[in-house]
Amino acid sequence: MTAAVVNPSSTPSSTSGPLSMRLLRMMDGRTTLIVAGLGVLIVSLARVISGDNDLTSSGTFGVALRTAMPIAMAGLAGLYAERSGTVNIGLEGMMIMGTIFAGWWGWYFNPWMALLGGLVGGMLGGLLHALATVTFGVNHIVSGFAINILAPGIARFMGNELFSQEEGGSITNSPGNKGDIGRFTMPFTSGGDLFGWKTPDPLGWIEKKQWFVLSDISGLLRGLTAALTLDIIIAVGLVILSWYVLWRTPFGLRLRSAGEKPSATDSLGVSVARIRYEAMALSGAMAGFGGAIMVLFSNRYQEGQTGGRGFLGLATLILGNWRPGGMLGGAGLFGYASGITLRTTPENLVRGLILAAAMALVVSAFWALLNKKYVVAGIVLAIGLVGIYSYAVFEKPNNQFVYIFPYIVVLVVVSARNQSLRPPAAEGIPYFKGQQG
Amino acid sequence: MLRKLTGALTAPIIAGAVAIIASSIALVISGNSPVTAFREMWMTIDSTESVVVIINSAVPFYVAGVAVAIGFQMNLFNIGANGQYQLGALFAAAAGAAVSLPAPLHVAFVLLVAVVVAGLWAAIAGLLKVYRNVNEVISTIMLNYVAVGLSAFLVSEYFRNNDVKLVAETKKLPASAQLPALNRLLEVFGLNLGDGVVLQGFLPIAIVLGIGYYLLLYRARFGFELRLSGLNPAAATTAGVKPRAMILKTIVLSGCIAGLIGMSDLLADPQYHKYGDQFPKTLGFTGLALALLGRNHPGGIAAAAIVWATIERATQRLSLIGIPQEIGTILQGSFLLAAVIVYEVVRRRNNEQTAREASRAVHGPPPDPGLSSANAAGALP
Repeated sequence: MTAAVVNPSSTPSSTSGPLSMRLLRMMDGRTTLIVAGLGVLIVSLARVISGDNDLTSSGTFGVALRTAMPIAMAGLAGLYAERSGTVNIGLEGMMIMGTIFAGWWGWYFNPWMALLGGLVGGMLGGLLHALATVTFGVNHIVSGFAINILAPGIARFMGNELFSQEEGGSITNSPGNKGDIGRFTMPFTSGGDLFGWKTPDPLGWIEKKQWFVLSDISGLLRGLTAALTLDIIIAVGLVILSWYVLWRTPFGLRLRSAGEKPSATDSLGVSVARIRYEAMALSGAMAGFGGAIMVLFSNRYQEGQTGGRGFLGLATLILGNWRPGGMLGGAGLFGYASGITLRTTPENLVRGLILAAAMALVVSAFWALLNKKYVVAGIVLAIGLVGIYSYAVFEKPNNQFVYIFPYIVVLVVVSARNQSLRPPAAEGIPYFKGQQG
Repeated sequence: MLRKLTGALTAPIIAGAVAIIASSIALVISGNSPVTAFREMWMTIDSTESVVVIINSAVPFYVAGVAVAIGFQMNLFNIGANGQYQLGALFAAAAGAAVSLPAPLHVAFVLLVAVVVAGLWAAIAGLLKVYRNVNEVISTIMLNYVAVGLSAFLVSEYFRNNDVKLVAETKKLPASAQLPALNRLLEVFGLNLGDGVVLQGFLPIAIVLGIGYYLLLYRARFGFELRLSGLNPAAATTAGVKPRAMILKTIVLSGCIAGLIGMSDLLADPQYHKYGDQFPKTLGFTGLALALLGRNHPGGIAAAAIVWATIERATQRLSLIGIPQEIGTILQGSFLLAAVIVYEVVRRRNNEQTAREASRAVHGPPPDPGLSSANAAGALP
């Protein structure tokens, strides 16, 4: 038990279990990278087969990053909450609180204040959840759900009060942000400016050559380094900072211990209630920041613009096994899937994505076969073959396929990976001072 | 009995007071007078027409509450009622418009399709939980989104009424599949509702559902086993209840009843009689709120559904006098949040009191009140 408290992420020895599991354990930290590498390989294959080069262009990856970061921030919000022992179904509501405050301050002041507004709005939601769950011991799912009902009401009320009388605004959208937040392009790799000098753009050059894999990787790297808006850079920074805070500082250790064995935390004189309040404030702030990014993306608050990203963030957290790296990978996947629908030729891209996903499923089926999980392998292979069939049959696929894609991925992965997922031990259990357990 | 009733009413009254205070604060901040707002709300609901409208909208709310409550009774969170009832309503609308049957059979056929489709959709979450140990909260949230996408895809590609160009919707149900209004029935009892006021025909089915739910859960062996599994899974297993079968049965049953959520609108609301973009999409979430407010009890859920519908109706005309009608959602949301908090506080206090009484009965009066409360919280063996 003590080991679990000190290092909940520690993995068992790598000498037992089937071959593929052993491999997976050996590359533990690098799993995300390897999966991402395999993903690039499959997607570039899909690009060559489907013939649409936009599938791996830097523009597509740029949009994918923009659509991924709100999901990642929701996932990060879930990470703070659940690592401290609080289940946060209310993420969606906290994101909505973030969007309305960001839309308000972005319009009243400027985009930077919009980011701050997102933090504040989300934090209010987080503290409300903490009040119900920590102080009063309400069931976490019940309280989170109540916040999801309350937040849209507050947003609608505020929208009516703030925007409905204004030029260009209405009850469902803010008049628009004052100004732009600014962009950054990495010099020497992606052609950014350095003291007014336009540096060369080698990644863009390779990308245009359309070489197999190489151009795709360049497209990916250039998408992640060119014309980034500053809020996205801050969001990526927040993920890295959160990893550092949670796994390398005393505060992070206390926070995680409150989520693993609160009575042990309590016995060392650390207040579990206080830790969980702090974690929920951070959690709400992160979710609200994710909402603020969306406000900056569309340049205004729009009712319903979060569109279930809070729930998706929760899903990425589970996919990522309550670790920031895996969570980021899941968010990237979903961001890519929804990002391509914003490009100029979404039908072709959707076809390419269906093909890529189908190939990925076939690969996973072999992986499951290697694990002697024959039933899972059969089901996954069947879904993959249906995907390849639909690629061949549907010339113009329905956009709904892309819409439901992330959710199917979550269902498949969660049911296939369930045994290796490990949520924080004390998650969702109310704790009162002096209690055992 | 009276003591039980007052006990049950205390919490909602406190929660209602909190909700009224919270929304009054919001109104004052936005520069409106709470007194004017609440007076206008009262005037809006104080008419026969309003009462009928409230009952009409409370009916689907009630069905949704019952569907979710069955899951809650054994600690299963069926967040997926939304997806279940939408798929059910879509298939029921398409199948109902495709066949021709005599009137009562046609209605029964539509209901059956909705129940079966929704139950099967819920079974996915049940199977995932039983065989893959996937938490039903996660799976039903995901399945909701899949159901929304799937029904949008199906209605635009396969079940579409091609006579309508602009929107994707199913064909309208023939008259034999529509439930008639209850106005005639009321006239027999001497109640004349007047023109333009229609009491929709799904109300009797909802009442039968509520009675059936009560009998099944509180008077039948199955219901006893279900509630036992929720209260104490270990005791249930010892008593011979098979936990996996029980989970699967409960989720499927909850899904089947969720299939009925959309049926009031589909069969009895003249505005619809078909599935399309305008069809209500979030009744399942409302059901969750109502099951929480009504504490899973059929009477409680009915009361909660009426309160919910009353708030919706009461705030409808607020914008005419310049007060944002969104105050209704704030009222509902803060009422729900306050209610769950008060319920929890009351439950804990009752538990502590029971423990104190039990301890007094065993050991005599406690020497020190501080020690006894620590005892009740379980800090000392």
